[in-house]
Amino acid sequence: MIVAGCDIGSLTAKAVIMKNNEILAAQVMRAKSHPEESAAEVMGKALKQAGLVLDEVSFCVGTGYGRASIPFAKMVESEIVCHGKGAQWQMPSVRMVVDIGGQDAKAIRLDDKGNVVRYVYNDKCASGTGRFLEVMADALGIDLTEMGTVSLSSQNPTSISNQCVIFAETEIVSLVNEGRNIADIVSGLHKALAHRVAALAKSIEVEEDIVMTGGVAKNEGMFQALENALGKKIKSIQRDPQINGALGAAVIAAENLRK
Amino acid sequence: MIVAGCDVGSLTAKAVLMNGSILGHAVIKAKSRPEDSAAEVMNQALAKAGLKMDDIAFCVGTGYGRSKIPFVNLTVSEIACHGKGAQWIMPSVRTVIDIGGQDCKAMRLDKDGNVLKFTTNDKCASGTGRFLEVMAKILGVSLDELGTISENAKDPLSLSSTCTVWVQAEVIHHLNTQKSIADIAAAINRAMAIRVGILANQVSAEKDICMSGGVAKNKGVVSHLEKVLGVKVKKLKYDPQIVGALGAAVIAGEKAKGGKVS
Repeated sequence: MIVAGCDIGSLTAKAVIMKNNEILAAQVMRAKSHPEESAAEVMGKALKQAGLVLDEVSFCVGTGYGRASIPFAKMVESEIVCHGKGAQWQMPSVRMVVDIGGQDAKAIRLDDKGNVVRYVYNDKCASGTGRFLEVMADALGIDLTEMGTVSLSSQNPTSISNQCVIFAETEIVSLVNEGRNIADIVSGLHKALAHRVAALAKSIEVEEDIVMTGGVAKNEGMFQALENALGKKIKSIQRDPQINGALGAAVIAAENLRK
Repeated sequence: MIVAGCDVGSLTAKAVLMNGSILGHAVIKAKSRPEDSAAEVMNQALAKAGLKMDDIAFCVGTGYGRSKIPFVNLTVSEIACHGKGAQWIMPSVRTVIDIGGQDCKAMRLDKDGNVLKFTTNDKCASGTGRFLEVMAKILGVSLDELGTISENAKDPLSLSSTCTVWVQAEVIHHLNTQKSIADIAAAINRAMAIRVGILANQVSAEKDICMSGGVAKNKGVVSHLEKVLGVKVKKLKYDPQIVGALGAAVIAGEKAKGGKVS
């Protein structure tokens, strides 16, 4: 039986297709201006990768910010629940998921079945979300995807005194003008973001094993910074951390079929 | 006896010269070094008053760059200076709301202008002058225009976010969907007033209320703030940007007379 999950986020759209509890295809793309279009395109890509057509998908669950606009989803589920299920499918020992997206950050505590015990999220303040790094990458004139590697050569991370994205952006510009080392600045930014996200996670008590999901988890510098801020190891997941929500949606789709 | 106050802020520098009454004052855009801002703004104020530096018996410095002003005899916090300055202009004032370029403060005063309670936000750009600056830039209008065009709003929009970054995205969306600039400006000024109103409530704002700082010149924000607080905001008869420097000069006067400085 073929099932699918589709996660339409603010910046990216993700789709996962599963058959008999195995992943057949997974796709990530940049979101279009209309969530319907993003959904159709990302699912089209995943179907192509799996060599399938939409009619062969028995059940599809939609999630993410644009979940209400996915025409082919039979059911919608919150991102929190999907991230929990996705992480648990990938690593049964997981008890905490820290997800940093383009416009929010969440910390989710799970039981041994992947059900959500407690969660907390921030989508009110851009500081503490992926947007923080995006704005700073822009201000530094480097690519967002380069930040992780750039930061690794830092010897002495710069401390960033402002929390607000708007104020921190000004601070970064003056640090660059003062001739500070870019690697040190980037590393300082990772530290600042990690600190914010760790505070979020600590508010619901951190429990191991911990995994990190969302696009920001691909940033190696951020991964290390978050480990430092939490004072605990974070387990690496094998799959692309960006597909975790869509994967969880597909897992829920399969559960629904079995019911 | 001639006394002076010099307020070096993040975006502007202000100086006031007094001898019982105001002899001269100046406001300039801040330079990259606070020392330079202080020297220039004080020279401009001195030129207007027809005085020279040596004529000043006592000078108090305040503001973000106060520790860098070479010619001061004393530095005092902005909070205390704004209280003294507002009270000097309007003795009936009991609450001062000061919105600067990078922060916002609310303070409640006793009848002598001493600060009873205060609160400040300099952590989040929302609710500070910077919020308006960012929005004016996206709308392609000047800061002054932002305050006046909102008066032409026919159908003021609302904004669901507080964070400057998210509001920026909302404003861009409104522009892309062809909403009128006046309606967007009204939403921006209202959002600003709501944030500032929260600070005012934290100090249990009491009448009379006045505003200082550059944003006090924005009519849109003032009228929305009046709605949020449910009371009139009294207009000060001097440039609201000089209140801090004026308060510094008032304190300099007290000090020069050997009076008690609170």
